[in-house]
Amino acid sequence: MSLAEREEIADPTIDADELARQRARRLERIGKWTLPVLVMALGLLLWDRVVVWNDIPHYTLPGPWLVFRTLIEDWAILFDALLVTLQITLLALLVAVLGGVGLAVLFTQSRWMEMSFYPYAVILQVTPVVAIAPLIFIYVDNRLAGLLICAWLVAFFPVLSNTTLGLNSADHNLRDLFRIYGATRWQRLRFLQLPSALPYFLGGLRIAGGLSLIGAVVAEYVAGTGGIGSGLAFRILEAGYRLNIPRMFAALILIALTGVLIFAALSLLSHLMLRKWHESAMTRER
Amino acid sequence: MPSEPAPRTDIAPPAATDVRPELLRMEGVDKIFNGDVVALKGMSLDVREGDFISLLGPSGCGKSTALRLVAGLSHPSRGRITWTGGQDDGDLGVVFQEPTLMPWATVAQNVWLPLRLRGQSYTAVKDEVLDALRLVGLEKFQTAYPRELSGGMKMRASIARALVTRPRLILMDEPFAALDEITRFRLNDDLLALRDKIGCTVVFVTHSVFESVFLSDRIVVMAARPGRVIRELAVDAPYPRTDTFRTSADYAAYCRDASDALHAAMGDAA
Repeated sequence: MSLAEREEIADPTIDADELARQRARRLERIGKWTLPVLVMALGLLLWDRVVVWNDIPHYTLPGPWLVFRTLIEDWAILFDALLVTLQITLLALLVAVLGGVGLAVLFTQSRWMEMSFYPYAVILQVTPVVAIAPLIFIYVDNRLAGLLICAWLVAFFPVLSNTTLGLNSADHNLRDLFRIYGATRWQRLRFLQLPSALPYFLGGLRIAGGLSLIGAVVAEYVAGTGGIGSGLAFRILEAGYRLNIPRMFAALILIALTGVLIFAALSLLSHLMLRKWHESAMTRER
Repeated sequence: MPSEPAPRTDIAPPAATDVRPELLRMEGVDKIFNGDVVALKGMSLDVREGDFISLLGPSGCGKSTALRLVAGLSHPSRGRITWTGGQDDGDLGVVFQEPTLMPWATVAQNVWLPLRLRGQSYTAVKDEVLDALRLVGLEKFQTAYPRELSGGMKMRASIARALVTRPRLILMDEPFAALDEITRFRLNDDLLALRDKIGCTVVFVTHSVFESVFLSDRIVVMAARPGRVIRELAVDAPYPRTDTFRTSADYAAYCRDASDALHAAMGDAA
């Protein structure tokens, strides 16, 4: 837009509304980032003051500074634990994607398969993983495999149900068109159903990312054995037994950050894959 | 019921001794859903090469059912539909009421689809795809996504996709019904120009009297409950037809005839 046009539009007799709208937009843009940061700063300050003013001992409630220092000092232990948890989480997510999409494709290819197995997928999903986990660790010797199964159980269902919905929601006229042109089953899946399912799948994936972290943490609590190769959840338990409360907080912060990072990464992936064509990834004027 | 229109000497009945080869024939076709809903009763139609046939009628008259039957998307409960010389791969193009484009694919990729489903790579058929786009005036938009196009342009892309296999018969199911009138007129003009250029046969479903008269050389008027053909009108105005035809007295007369037939078709329901 040239300057001349800009001035014309800035004419106050026609544009008080538009100016107000612009101001509101600008404030919203700034506020979206500054407000959460401000809230966090206030929260930390309040936390710190409560601890200092009330002389709360660090084994009851450590101040934010102490937690931060612990995070730095214990970094070696915590980072190793983070890697273990992250490994289980990402592996579980991968298996959830493969299993969820695989089952969804199978279900849409064969109505019989869907009718036979879908109810059991629901049963697996609604049974709390904490209740199944002890059994799994009885029968599965390999600890990593056991953790993985638990995390997978929690994470695969949103992928399965969303992808199934997506595969079935292909435009019916396009289905007719594929029939007219004599498309094979595989072509229909590849060129029509899978692309139609992509936005649904990515929605399920974002949920599954968070759930596989939850699954990994819960499974670690249940598995409980320590030593080398134990994840963040075990470090939290262990620190609790030793009244090392600052380390509990430090580990907790790492878990929360991991969750946020996974969500952000999957959101970015979703945006990149859909931005060219899907409504959800479009920014609209007004 | 309105009285029968006075017989007009300048409208000939469909010539019995048409020399053009027959493309497709429907004989006494019934379509019955759920055992008792008669969607189509005793429809017979022969489509000759180069025909532009409109199926005109109120909703529920079975015109879309007839089109689906011809497209092979469903099968007659009774009667037969036969391609006189047999049907080859790509002989049929279809345009639906909605543009029905794949939103995740560019315009060119959408047009490529029928050829892609035959296993042809894009590089091998690029020229065909671009030719089809050129025919509908979308050559500058090959890399655009459907959501970037206007309603009329989406429909053009949809038509280009139907043309890309060089079909002998194109079925169109109220393709312009959802468009504004100015765009509809443009697309009507362009459709005729296009048919002039490539000489394909068209069966066109519409509920617009004006559209059917402007476009077709034969109008099949259909009635509802049960869906059936009640009259066939020939529109003998020569092609190419332009705005001159659209404002002529002949056009008005044909419209009156078709309109009367449609009123008769709607009978007491109107």
